[in-house]
Amino acid sequence: MAQIRVEALNKSFGEFHAVKGASFTVDDGQFLCLLGPSGCGKTTTLRMIAGLELPTSGTIRLDGEDVTMNRASARDIAFVFQLFALYPHMNVRRNIGFPLKCEGIGAVECDRRVVEAARILRISHLLDRSVSTLTGGDRQRVALGRAIVRKPKCFLMDEPLGALDTEMREAMIQELRALHDRLGATTVYVTHDQLEAMAMADLIAVMNNGVVEQIASPRDIYDRPVSLFVADFIGSPAMNFLPFRGSLQAGAQAIRLGDRDVAIPTAREALVESDLVLGVRPEHVRFSDSGMVRGEIYGSEYLGTTQIVTVTTPYGALKARSPASMPFRIGMNVGLDFRPDTLSLFDQGSGRAIRTALHEGGKHG
Amino acid sequence: MSASNAAHSVVEPSTGTRRFAGLLVILYAIITMVPLIWIVLTSFKSPDDAISYPPKVLFKPSLEGYCNVFTTRSRQTQEFIQTLGPPQGLCDNIARSRNMVVAGPSNYVPRFINSLIIAFGSTVLAVALGTLSAYGFSRFRVPLKDDLLFFILSTRMMPPIAVAIPIYLMYRTVGLSDTRLGMILLYTSVNVSLAVWLLKGFIDEIPREYEEAAMIDGYTRFQAFVKVVLPQATTGIAATAIFCLIFAWNEYAFAVLLTSGNAQTAPPFIPIIIGEGGQDWPAVAAGTTIFLVPIVVFTVLLRKHLLRGITFGAVRK
Repeated sequence: MAQIRVEALNKSFGEFHAVKGASFTVDDGQFLCLLGPSGCGKTTTLRMIAGLELPTSGTIRLDGEDVTMNRASARDIAFVFQLFALYPHMNVRRNIGFPLKCEGIGAVECDRRVVEAARILRISHLLDRSVSTLTGGDRQRVALGRAIVRKPKCFLMDEPLGALDTEMREAMIQELRALHDRLGATTVYVTHDQLEAMAMADLIAVMNNGVVEQIASPRDIYDRPVSLFVADFIGSPAMNFLPFRGSLQAGAQAIRLGDRDVAIPTAREALVESDLVLGVRPEHVRFSDSGMVRGEIYGSEYLGTTQIVTVTTPYGALKARSPASMPFRIGMNVGLDFRPDTLSLFDQGSGRAIRTALHEGGKHG
Repeated sequence: MSASNAAHSVVEPSTGTRRFAGLLVILYAIITMVPLIWIVLTSFKSPDDAISYPPKVLFKPSLEGYCNVFTTRSRQTQEFIQTLGPPQGLCDNIARSRNMVVAGPSNYVPRFINSLIIAFGSTVLAVALGTLSAYGFSRFRVPLKDDLLFFILSTRMMPPIAVAIPIYLMYRTVGLSDTRLGMILLYTSVNVSLAVWLLKGFIDEIPREYEEAAMIDGYTRFQAFVKVVLPQATTGIAATAIFCLIFAWNEYAFAVLLTSGNAQTAPPFIPIIIGEGGQDWPAVAAGTTIFLVPIVVFTVLLRKHLLRGITFGAVRK
């Protein structure tokens, strides 16, 4: 297994700049998720690591060795595709054994390793079936089998669960993570699904418009987003944003929102008067008669254990997560409070998070 | 709603519609099959039955047509024929009943072999070149790709015979006239544009991930092409091969113009039979019937692929 080091990676397709200066390191045995919306450059980044695309500039190191311009086959990596890419003209056994055949490994050794891979993935009973008769989950296991059978330096996965239904996907998330823990394989995993990323990754790299916006643990990404984009992209329902105009002193512990003071984590930088955004996660909104922000209940979504209540306020519609048992009436006038130590502040213009005590709790990537 | 109404589907055709459609298909099949059946029947008629009016549907079968297409005969006097020994084989027997003796084999077999070599040779070449270039157009960023593809297509916009004279002169100069190689090259050049366009459609349908997976697993691109892309393109290759073969096999005009003794194919030879000893329709029909056999065999062998291939990959598995 190996460390993957990506430095200042750029890729242009003609006029289109798909990846802009991506840099990150995946340590030996780490599980990195590249997360972002469609077209953000995450798949292109992965394909460059795999050698399926050549970067316009930048370097890629595997275990310290510069492989930027190497052929895909010379990199000793395994790639799992969204469409599985199982060869329809081969059965399961031959599909899993295919990479070994490419390497010219003998039939006996090849069969031993195929059987072992199948045992790990619990698909031993499927070995002689045709791949076209398999369910989505089993196809994905075969695709994983083809990846692990070769014992490569690292695994690259491009939305491998994207083609599965929800139930199968949840089961596969657990299996994939368990497999990763057992093999200790360095893994780069591309997805647009934040739940997959949150559930599996050691590190998440959030990408947007070809730029890596933040690399951190799932907890840091969620609690301490470094930009408006990350804050908005991660979390369901998304973070509430309250736009306001104000200035900030270093050491300030509150901001002026309308005619009320709202306590925030201690500010670590000063700002002249500008357009700012206060970010509040729905679960950090509390209903309180003496609340700082007043509004009217617009509706609620019942989710079983909790409900998402939408409140129209002077700052726009805010969503609050509250216990499902709480009774609400549409049109009811309510006050809202925010948990001070969890609030994020952003600069509206640049989208950058303003440094506060919030960021001192975690480490930064 | 009654039970029968409940079973009615909006998408599935009703029994009545299905029967009507079946009837239409059978009718169409009969219309297209009649000339073929007539040719096969004629090949087993005697020359008199073949030209009798009204046409005979029931007749005494005879192999005279088949004998005549494979042999040349010369007319002799009764006296001379009686000086010969007993007739050698069936054809000699038939010939003698018409005051003729078999002089030797006809040119039909060598012409037929020419047809086989030229048609299959050009088909293999056109499909091989077509597959490679279709793969290139499908997978790589080729400069001026659309213009090149249009150029390739444009070679089919004019009837090939329009360039017959220049090709005739060119072939005479470079010594390709009346050679099998010349005919193979000619039919290949006509077919390769069809092959490129048909196969590009099929190869576009094969997800790139298959080759990419193979290349990551250690294959070169060419190995991935051979081991992974080709097996999945068999449907398209089979369909394309049949189209190419049918053209090369049936081609008449260039064959008349460019071949004579050495590389002549069967299509220009069959009409020549008419002139050899009166209008010998059974012999022409026999020559045609035998000529149909290879293409029927080839199509039947590939029909499993053809059925799926004809839809041009419109339906994904």
